[in-house]
Amino acid sequence: MSADVQAQAAAASDTMLPYRVVRRTAPTHDTVTLTLEPVRRAAGRFRAGQFMMLYSFGVGEIAISISGDPTGRGDVLEHTIRKVGAVSGALSSTGVGGLVGVRGPFGTGWDVESAAGGDLVVVGGGVGLAPLRPLVLAALADRGSYRRVVVITGARTPADLLFAGDQESWVRDGSVELHRTVDHPSPQWPGRVGFVTEPLAQLHLDPARTTGFLCGPEPMMRFCAQALLRKNVPGDRIRVSLERTMECGVARCGHCQLGPLLLCRDGPIVTYTVAEPLLGVREL
Amino acid sequence: MPTAEDLSGFANLETLDSDDLGKLARAGREVSFPAAYRVIQEGQRADRCWLIRSGRISLDAQVSGRDDIVVQTLDAGDLLGWSWLVPPYRWHFGALTTEPVDAVEFDSATLTGLCEDDPRFGRDLILALFEALLARLQATRARLADLYRDPAEFRVSAQLPGTATAETP
Ligand SMILES: Cc1cc2nc3c(=O)[nH]c(=O)nc-3n(C[C@H](O)[C@H](O)[C@H](O)COP(=O)(O)OP(=O)(O)OC[C@H]3O[C@@H](n4cnc5c(N)ncnc54)[C@H](O)[C@@H]3O)c2cc1C
Ligand code: FES
Repeated sequence: MSADVQAQAAAASDTMLPYRVVRRTAPTHDTVTLTLEPVRRAAGRFRAGQFMMLYSFGVGEIAISISGDPTGRGDVLEHTIRKVGAVSGALSSTGVGGLVGVRGPFGTGWDVESAAGGDLVVVGGGVGLAPLRPLVLAALADRGSYRRVVVITGARTPADLLFAGDQESWVRDGSVELHRTVDHPSPQWPGRVGFVTEPLAQLHLDPARTTGFLCGPEPMMRFCAQALLRKNVPGDRIRVSLERTMECGVARCGHCQLGPLLLCRDGPIVTYTVAEPLLGVREL
Repeated sequence: MPTAEDLSGFANLETLDSDDLGKLARAGREVSFPAAYRVIQEGQRADRCWLIRSGRISLDAQVSGRDDIVVQTLDAGDLLGWSWLVPPYRWHFGALTTEPVDAVEFDSATLTGLCEDDPRFGRDLILALFEALLARLQATRARLADLYRDPAEFRVSAQLPGTATAETP
């Protein structure tokens, strides 16, 4: 991309556009998925792993990954938001018909296409599964281009597992090898009890043809990356999503700096080779 | 009797060479358990261990006044049973199959005998077991850190003296 085109794209993403909530579901007790449609003009098409800045009028703006299908209607956005503070709380309680300001899409994507011909190992913990859902949907839309698609998901309890319906349909047609694991089971839970690194450690991988995609709390990504490194998957084919508070989203304010990176521009998705030395750096 | 090739499929044993796997295979026998079968009773004598080939087993603990608590599940590729390695040779947790299970069973007296006869084999086997145990310890620590919990709850607990934090050491 030339510098001019890049500047134009950045300016377009920087414009806040009004979107209307057309659907609101609550996949777990503390998350909400909003489906948004543009009131007038739509933001540009997004890639799996990118995020938008969502503005709750009068409250504030935060970065939220896109959890919808990147191969679907380009103008519709889906976001899965966990209520943890003022802005996420206000966004989560926006009802159908309510308005949200949208800027983006921003950031690097998972670049799943570069793993074509190989095996995908996708590990998501907690709300970390949200940015991974578009990646899985993109891979399934082009299933013939990949060999194995392994998805490992972890949560506190069975009721906290995101996208349960999706996960069941992924395994039903055999497209995905799914391992779900929880920390605290309910008496009815028939699945695994343990941490995501355990099913990961049992996988027989072809390391030269495997790409890992990890998203969740940073210690979880670190442990999973180490498990993949032990299986000889190279660090530059392990991708992780790093979150730091975002403000401008367009590499101007410096809020999202981590070491030499501005994560709104150079991230949030980076290779583990890049991330590893920075993961101990809390802020700079 | 299982073969060395059968055992080579276990990630936990990948550091053993084919001679060692052959030696271990000759000490094992294939077993099958139906669903809802209690393989291990907490507190009883620990004289065996199993490599799970298929199916799922839950490890549980008895807590008075409550139903047994499931603390972990084990699946294909996992090793069940560590307590035979160290005194007092008693099971610390119970183990119940949640679905039919195929496994390779070893009795601890035979394994201990093999390790004593060939200390090099013994060291390699114990190192492989140690690696598996370390992985399980780390996974358990990660679960204890309760990583997926709402960070707002951590901020409240951080103000209370003597409470845990999110990071593992
Ligand atoms: C690239 C990127 C993508 C993101 N994608 C999502 C997403 O898909 N869904 C989503 O729910 N959030 C996502 N976030 C987090 C989101 O941007 C906010 O940081 C978070 O919602 C807290 O904002 P708040 O203003 O509601 O709370 P604040 O008032 O800012 O924070 C309240 C407290 O919540 C805690 N907190 C801050 N950030 C997080 C976080 N990321 N997760 C959990 N607790 C946090 C902090 O301890 C903070 O003090 C993403 C962040 C980035 C940088
Ligand atoms: S959010 Fe402003 S520089 Fe990245």
